[in-house]
Amino acid sequence: MRRACVVLALTLFLCRPSFVSAESASQSGGELHFCLRGEPKTFNPLLVEEDASETIRYLTGGVLIRLNRQTQALEPSLAVSWKVSEEGRKISFRLRSGLYFSDGTPFTSDDVAYTMKALMDPKLHSPTGDSFRSGEGQVDVQIPASDSVVVTFPAPVAGLERLFDQVAILSAHSPKKEMAVLGPFYVADYAPGSYVLLRRNTNYWKKDKEGKPLPYLDSIRLDIQRNRDIELLRFRRGEIHLINALDAEYFDRLQKETPAVAHDAGTGLDSEFVWFNQVPTARLAENKKTWFRTTEFRKAISMAINRADLSRIVFGGHAHPAFGPVSPANHFWFNASLPVPQYDSAGAVRLLAQAGFHLEGGMLRDSSGNRVEFTVITNSGNKSREQMVTMIQQDLSQIGIKVNLVTLDFPSLIERITRTYEYEACLLGLVNTDLDPNSQMNVWLSSAENHQWNPKQSKPATSWEAELDRLMHAQASAISDKKRKADWDRVQQIVAEQQPFIYLVNKDALSAISPAIVGSAPSVLDPHAFWNAEVLRLGPDAALGAQK
Amino acid sequence: MSPLQKMAAIILCVTFVLMVLATILVPAPYDRQFRDVPNAGPSTAHPLGTDGLGRDSLSRLLYGTRVSLLLAPAAALLSTLVAALLGSAAGFLGGWFERVVLAVTDLSLALPWLFLLLTVRAMLPLDVPPMVSVIIAFLMMGLLGWQASVRVICAAARGVKDSDFLLLARSSGCKPARLLLRHVVPNLRPLFYAQFWISIPLFILTEANLSILGLGVMEPMPSWGNLLRGFEDFPAVAANPLRLVPLILLVIVVMCFQLVLPSQEVTQ
Repeated sequence: MRRACVVLALTLFLCRPSFVSAESASQSGGELHFCLRGEPKTFNPLLVEEDASETIRYLTGGVLIRLNRQTQALEPSLAVSWKVSEEGRKISFRLRSGLYFSDGTPFTSDDVAYTMKALMDPKLHSPTGDSFRSGEGQVDVQIPASDSVVVTFPAPVAGLERLFDQVAILSAHSPKKEMAVLGPFYVADYAPGSYVLLRRNTNYWKKDKEGKPLPYLDSIRLDIQRNRDIELLRFRRGEIHLINALDAEYFDRLQKETPAVAHDAGTGLDSEFVWFNQVPTARLAENKKTWFRTTEFRKAISMAINRADLSRIVFGGHAHPAFGPVSPANHFWFNASLPVPQYDSAGAVRLLAQAGFHLEGGMLRDSSGNRVEFTVITNSGNKSREQMVTMIQQDLSQIGIKVNLVTLDFPSLIERITRTYEYEACLLGLVNTDLDPNSQMNVWLSSAENHQWNPKQSKPATSWEAELDRLMHAQASAISDKKRKADWDRVQQIVAEQQPFIYLVNKDALSAISPAIVGSAPSVLDPHAFWNAEVLRLGPDAALGAQK
Repeated sequence: MSPLQKMAAIILCVTFVLMVLATILVPAPYDRQFRDVPNAGPSTAHPLGTDGLGRDSLSRLLYGTRVSLLLAPAAALLSTLVAALLGSAAGFLGGWFERVVLAVTDLSLALPWLFLLLTVRAMLPLDVPPMVSVIIAFLMMGLLGWQASVRVICAAARGVKDSDFLLLARSSGCKPARLLLRHVVPNLRPLFYAQFWISIPLFILTEANLSILGLGVMEPMPSWGNLLRGFEDFPAVAANPLRLVPLILLVIVVMCFQLVLPSQEVTQ
């Protein structure tokens, strides 16, 4: 008997290596390290409103429909199929069966119904839920079968299915509530101010082409690090594997040292722009108000700015001249027929002459003889914005305009542009994470708070702003993407003609990824470096960061 | 004057001469951008190279020296005058006036000046030319930088107040105003000079710090402070070590200001 045990133990021992190697083949293992740039405010996926929590939601949340960050197409995830009907009011999902949450609770249509009800509960104040609120009334959720769910909204919701990329499904029955997840990882540990540890969800439904379960990684450690210099230093030291978003300056620094780790995914969605204060009640000289409201003046300024130089010098070539509110990176919604912005200072002078301006001793003066001079404000500490204004100073001096630069701390700047309106022009940027035009409703509607050149209008101040209002409402209520695209194209065209925002550049999506990571494919959409986290793994040389 | 002091004085004189002759010496206007050659190394056209926007570094250094070295002494003079007025009056008069002045001094020393400067800058009008914003920045520094000197001057004035010659003057029927202006202040004059000289490098460094935070001299006008911001771009500094010249000049000038100060024995 004892001999039999020894033989059995020996057999198991001899079998063990092959068993372990089979496991390591399917699970490459390893722990991915990178930084969160702030403390996650919540682990409840329905309450996410800042970057750190969004990162955790993306890595842990299971969604019905997933936006592929590379192809920009919607793909089935927890729902194998879906159908939008009743002019965008109703969406029917057929769910994947046999799935389990990270804690082993089965996934059913009850969970989808529970999540939708929680999402639309006014008491929860879910920022994600706000995108679905299209009209007064309750959201109706029906469960016609165990594997299907029908959600009916009180009014049509434009781009409805795309919004589900942000809705992580909660468990209706799990005692762990929002900590039970359907995504590739789950939150295993959290030390406030220090790190969040995500572990591989062994119940994750997805498999690779060879049928091996995903994700490959065992865990992800997210160190909380606000300081970007330290984040870069840690990457260079090899303490973290990736930096999801980099400034052009840091990117250049890294590219010079280790070109293999610096990734430029191409033109991103973020834009930098300048605008003039057109608020009628602003305490500005009347002649300045008149200039700022003159379309030819704004267009001339736009023509006199050398965007190619801004892209090349300020961003080291990691930016491209901007066309308008939509970046060319947004494949579907970008209006490709818009004219490419051309640098033409002579053309600008001609345009200004048409509007009654004239050059006198190298200085531009308006029809009343006032010298054209204005001050651009931007936030202090942002080197690239200060450099852009400095370059614009020289560009506009070519057409006789004097530009002053004033940098303000961010709260003071926000106070001026949103409350007191005591400024002449402002240069800021827009971080855009959503492809859909609906995400810009709060910018283009004349009544919106972010209609920055003249916000919160009781009725549109100009005919073109009235047309913008009409088009934005029309695209938001249309169900056909073709119709929405036509409306949104027209919005882009009006913005290009009127230049309420003078778009300067679209910054490239820059990231740093260690060669130790296998399977990375940086994308222009956020998250740039880990959008495909489930298929990332650490290579044989799994040492951390840039040192390798 | 020791040989070291002489050398420091010569260096300061040369720097001042270069600063005054900047208009003649510079190869190009300080704000002109040669956009084809950003971050260029030294050449005949640009002896110290160019900055990130292609502006001539030598021109910016000479004009920046002019801004910093003209306005820092002005700010130092202003703060020394305020300190002299308050400190000598407080030390001489004593009593509740001294207590109030010293309490205000302590209170203002405890204030977070950076945030106060941020607030003051935010409240100022925006449509001011760069030169005016420079003057405002140094004016604020001058008006806000007197506290440390007040305590020193007050203590010295208290010592003078109890001296025999002042007792003699008082017994001769001198009125308090005459006592202060004719007897106390002249005796404190070396201390005022010392406070003035040591304030200059302090204000140069303060301006450098404020410029690094984007609160000092506004672009495109150069100053030592905003020239130092170029060091954030480490690879560009490594590629062109002459970019360190503003830092070296700042260190040398600050050291020279300290060296030319009369020694303690001479002051007294």
